Amino acid sequence: MLVPNDPKSAERVSRLDVGGAIKDAAVATVVAFGLFSLMLGLLTQPGPSGQLTISERPKLLIVSLIVVFVGRFLVAIFTRSLRVPLISRLISPKLSTSFRQLERFAAPALLGFALVVPVLFYSNRYLLDLAILVLTYTMLAWGLNIVVGLAGLLDLGYVAFYAVGAYSYALLAKNFGLSFWVCLPLAGILASFWGIMLGFPVLRLRGDYLAIVTLAFGEIIRIVITNWQDFTGGPNGISGIPRPSFFGIPFTSDPEGFAALFHLEFTPTHRVVFLYYLILALALITCAVTIRLRQLPIGRAWEALREDEIACRSLGVNTTNTKLTAFATGAMFAGFAGSFFATRQGFISPESFVFMESALVLAIVVLGGMGSQLGVAVAALVMLGGFELFRNFEQFRMLIFGAAMVGIMVWRPRGLVATRTPSVYLEKKKDIPAAIVEEARQ
Amino acid sequence: MEYFLQQLINGLTLGSIYALVAIGYTMVYGIIGMINFAHGDIFMVGGFLALIAFLGLLAIGVTAVPLALFLVLIVAMLLTALYGWTVERIAYRPLRGSFRLAPLISAIGMSIFLQNYVQIAQGARVKSLPPLVTGAHVLMDSGKFVVQLTNIQIVIIVTTTVLMLLFSWMVSSTRLGRDMRACEQDLKMAALVGVNTDRTISLTFVIGAALAAVAGIMYLLYYGAIDFFVGFVAGVKAFTAAVLGGIGSLPGAMLGGLMIGLIETFWSAYFSSEYKDVAAFSILILVLIFMPTGILGRPEVEKV
Repeated sequence: MLVPNDPKSAERVSRLDVGGAIKDAAVATVVAFGLFSLMLGLLTQPGPSGQLTISERPKLLIVSLIVVFVGRFLVAIFTRSLRVPLISRLISPKLSTSFRQLERFAAPALLGFALVVPVLFYSNRYLLDLAILVLTYTMLAWGLNIVVGLAGLLDLGYVAFYAVGAYSYALLAKNFGLSFWVCLPLAGILASFWGIMLGFPVLRLRGDYLAIVTLAFGEIIRIVITNWQDFTGGPNGISGIPRPSFFGIPFTSDPEGFAALFHLEFTPTHRVVFLYYLILALALITCAVTIRLRQLPIGRAWEALREDEIACRSLGVNTTNTKLTAFATGAMFAGFAGSFFATRQGFISPESFVFMESALVLAIVVLGGMGSQLGVAVAALVMLGGFELFRNFEQFRMLIFGAAMVGIMVWRPRGLVATRTPSVYLEKKKDIPAAIVEEARQ
Repeated sequence: MEYFLQQLINGLTLGSIYALVAIGYTMVYGIIGMINFAHGDIFMVGGFLALIAFLGLLAIGVTAVPLALFLVLIVAMLLTALYGWTVERIAYRPLRGSFRLAPLISAIGMSIFLQNYVQIAQGARVKSLPPLVTGAHVLMDSGKFVVQLTNIQIVIIVTTTVLMLLFSWMVSSTRLGRDMRACEQDLKMAALVGVNTDRTISLTFVIGAALAAVAGIMYLLYYGAIDFFVGFVAGVKAFTAAVLGGIGSLPGAMLGGLMIGLIETFWSAYFSSEYKDVAAFSILILVLIFMPTGILGRPEVEKV
């Protein structure tokens, strides 16, 4: 149980407790020595004859121990002298409220910016591609947000529906020559059917069990795709997936193409810009649908279910159906995003649908604050932007990602936007602070 | 018949390894009700520490295999236990009393972190070790097919049995075991009657990690190879074992582990080895649908 934050306690700054901090740091260093001595201090490598050989890395070990000592010392000085149990307890209420106030202006501003991105960065192909990626993940995260943020069901196999959408489009378009606009709804429907098929038996399970079952389902889909060679192409994937066309007009340089028809000079950027607006539209549809659904009875039932399942059942909410609709709706958007992914890449393989993708989308939703649309969008931007920043440190990227997931949970378990806005209210809309939300959960 | 017997032996060996990992899941779930998603990676870390310790011992001149293995066992168990303790301290303890999904998400983060930490520290390549425990006993020879019980299989099955007995004794007859059972029944009540719950939870993680380290060593010796990714799949399967046996129940974890090992081995032997993971995962789904409390689990009472 966390003690409610007493504003006075922060002002009671005592003298610097250096001795205690050094003690803490020393203990941490001893532990770190135990942890790192073998793992970082020694390196196993295949030798010339193929047998493993071992070599020492004293420098690395010493440097990492110093880092631990200094890091722990600083943290200890901070917490011991300021007597703050958790830094976040101080910051979070204010930050959240200001974020809330910002939301009124930030959301239209962000939307406006998103609309003009292709105009601003027309010549910068790299940024356009990155923007498309960010929007794809934003859409996925908004879709997962329905399941996790609104209905409170932890889904660790979300990528399975993304895969179903991508493979549906790829196979339908390649084998039957259907156009993107026909396949898009089909992919969504197929993905949501899979959602219902999985959901029907397992949604009786609670919390953690559901999480593991969805994870297992995600893995099953991936293994089947990898091994069912004649149908899905196995590990080699499917290549030559039809590229998107401007409502039937292809983006090619010949006289029938988009450029010639609109009397423009042909450049491949036209297609990229089209793809950008396509995913922007899809993402905005996801967002709009979510906002509308929240105000409908079904959306309210989702949120009620998240807060207290037993109370819901006592009040006559059909929990199975409510969960199923959340699952199917979330899966449908993943299916849309999947078919967009397939048409954009032109090539898909099982490697794109590993558990890490599910974890990434989940991390975006969690960082965004589970339930806040703007928070999720900002989180997607921050997360993928961060990934790009660490592009040169490829191998440390996932390490930092994992550590960040733990860090977010420890410091801001409610994400960027920790408050809740009720979808139904009397007279005045009031924010529900995170502290009260947490109480309600217990 | 011979083929079947051989698969039975192989399945029991594999099942022993799963059972040891499953105990860690079941204990933690029993006490604080969370899925320690990083436990599979703790198992992997244990295997890696054993590999490094073994090579280190060779380098300083300890070449007698039994002595080296014994030392490796001690070192790997201690250090992996330290990993288990640290993970609990950093990633789970601050979240006690937080909302329901927070520890699970934190555990997923920890799992990703541990995988990449090992990958960066020791490289992404598969590390292989020549077989250390060699030799086999021929049990049956029909001319066409020879049923063998290798020495390493004997070591694995005997070690697992001994550890299981030791552990069951610990839980049923020591002070710590009593504390653990008290915490499992009601954490708050246990704290009120004077059980140091934080310490008990820490020790639970420590013991679970030590057992996972043993499983890691056995995995390394049995397959002769390890890489940073083995923890994920092995972890999900061990969790399946814990659920199958009834989560929270120790004999259940052992039984479940053996069953998963057998099912996987027989599936690979008689159907297809590509889909053996699908078999294990499908069983998880089926068990949860039809028998959510597992074979030996107690039905969960829902309190408002």
